[in-house]
Amino acid sequence: MAEQFNHELLCVLSGFGGQGLLFAGKVMANTGLLDGRHVSWMPSYGPEMRGGTANCSVSLSDDAIGTPFITKPTAVIAMNQPSVEKFGPTVVPGGTIVIDSTLAMNGAEGVDIAEGVNVVTFKATEMAEEAGLKGLANIICLGKLWAETHFCTRETLDAALTKCVPATKQHLLEPNRKALQMGIDL
Amino acid sequence: MADNTQAAEERVLMKGNEVLAEAAMRAGCRFFFGYPITPQTELAAYMAKRLPKIGGTFLQAESEVAAINMVYGAGAAGARVMTSSSSPGVSLKSEGASYMAGADVPGVIVNVERGGPGLGGIQPSQSDYFQATRALGHGDYFMPVLAPSTVQEMADLIYLAFDLADEYRTPAMILADGMIGQMMEPVTLPPARDPKTLAAKPWATTGHKGERKHNVVNSLYLSPEKLEDTNRERFERYEQIKAKHQRQELMDCDDAEIVVVAFGAASRIARTAVRDARAKGIKCGLLRPITLWPYPTDAIDQVIANGATKFLSVELNMGQMVEDVRLAVNGRASVDFYGRTGGVLPTPEEVLDQIERLAAGQPVARSAGAKDVGSVLPQPIDRKSSYERGE
Repeated sequence: MAEQFNHELLCVLSGFGGQGLLFAGKVMANTGLLDGRHVSWMPSYGPEMRGGTANCSVSLSDDAIGTPFITKPTAVIAMNQPSVEKFGPTVVPGGTIVIDSTLAMNGAEGVDIAEGVNVVTFKATEMAEEAGLKGLANIICLGKLWAETHFCTRETLDAALTKCVPATKQHLLEPNRKALQMGIDL
Repeated sequence: MADNTQAAEERVLMKGNEVLAEAAMRAGCRFFFGYPITPQTELAAYMAKRLPKIGGTFLQAESEVAAINMVYGAGAAGARVMTSSSSPGVSLKSEGASYMAGADVPGVIVNVERGGPGLGGIQPSQSDYFQATRALGHGDYFMPVLAPSTVQEMADLIYLAFDLADEYRTPAMILADGMIGQMMEPVTLPPARDPKTLAAKPWATTGHKGERKHNVVNSLYLSPEKLEDTNRERFERYEQIKAKHQRQELMDCDDAEIVVVAFGAASRIARTAVRDARAKGIKCGLLRPITLWPYPTDAIDQVIANGATKFLSVELNMGQMVEDVRLAVNGRASVDFYGRTGGVLPTPEEVLDQIERLAAGQPVARSAGAKDVGSVLPQPIDRKSSYERGE
């Protein structure tokens, strides 16, 4: 299946600590590794890890990557309200923001998001819980972002997810795959 | 987590701090002594897990002072040995580093810098440039200082640091920062070397078994003449290092009139800004020192010969390396500085703004604060405690 995919993705993934945004970022970074692209994954490691916006910046590019801190993202996954407020206004026109409105209850309302930004809002955490996939809202959001941006091929995305689930937690691979598909099918 | 069961030539995605540890072991390091501190702790954690499995020794010392003196001891016995810390912890190592230099003992010191002075903060910084390049401790000495700007260079340069340390019998430093330490990038790890295959160290205190005169490793010379001779001999070695080991990367410098000089994390930001400036038609290049000591003065000469008339040093501090740029330029071109400090990173747009000012013949803002241009680092959310809310 030959698909067109984006040649540069500058993505910020942000939410509360424990929502799995750093993991989702790792899956994204691994797609770049598997495709032989330039990749950087930069986590927040300060006090924001302990409440607030735990976030990471993932850059996928065909060129050497300059700063790994992304100031003008082309994509954002925001899983709580502070993340929507902080990173929503930074998305460039033509970019995409995926908002989990289970916790970010106000969604993009009142947030100064540029014109031409694709705003995708849905209740990912609620969906995950209803489908028996508790804790996998991050992967649902990742699937949705992929469906909107095609930052790699579907094969690469599956391979990266498989690679990121550790050998000791193989029983979680199938639920992760299900969550990814659920996000893509949305 | 890194999966280093894969073949050496395969690309893997790893954190900078973990790569420092893995590549050090591959370079033959079998002893690590340290004390935890953000943002370098992953390095020590990785060593704790892996080093004992390959017959090495990991020891969390009771303090940084103890750790560096353990490095001194293991180095004197001929081992490949290292310690790592972040800025405040490195200050504590300064006495031991000076003793190692005075006794000509090799060893590698890693500094994953954070904001200072004092306890400072935990975000990336380059404010230990003076401390590193002016040799950390007291006395007449220097040491090689290598500044990685990518995770790949974390691997390549720590490998080199061990080789330089052994070859010239000197402590050597990796000066990294929280950004390069914490980020993951693809890396191709260097091949693993068996420490037994490394060059012999006939001077080391390994036990003489009655077969040779005993070796002494010491930094105390009560005769001033002897101490002067010892220091002069050491500085001859420094001259060799300066002649043979200056390293840098030049990007777009062939026809550059404006040359941005930046290392480590700052060079990543500067790279984006220089590309953007080129796209706007400004003849601008990037000179990225890889060795901070010896400073790549030959490269400065080269870009001046190519027509550079304006230099801009971009740093994560209030202006330290800019002094070395001025020394190297020696009045042949203008030298300006732009920096952010305290763990704040400039945006590429801020740096581009300075380049555009230089191109237009306007003065550069010496540095900016968050009040003027904001901050790209994520800020903790201001939440009042129940006490502050009067509950």
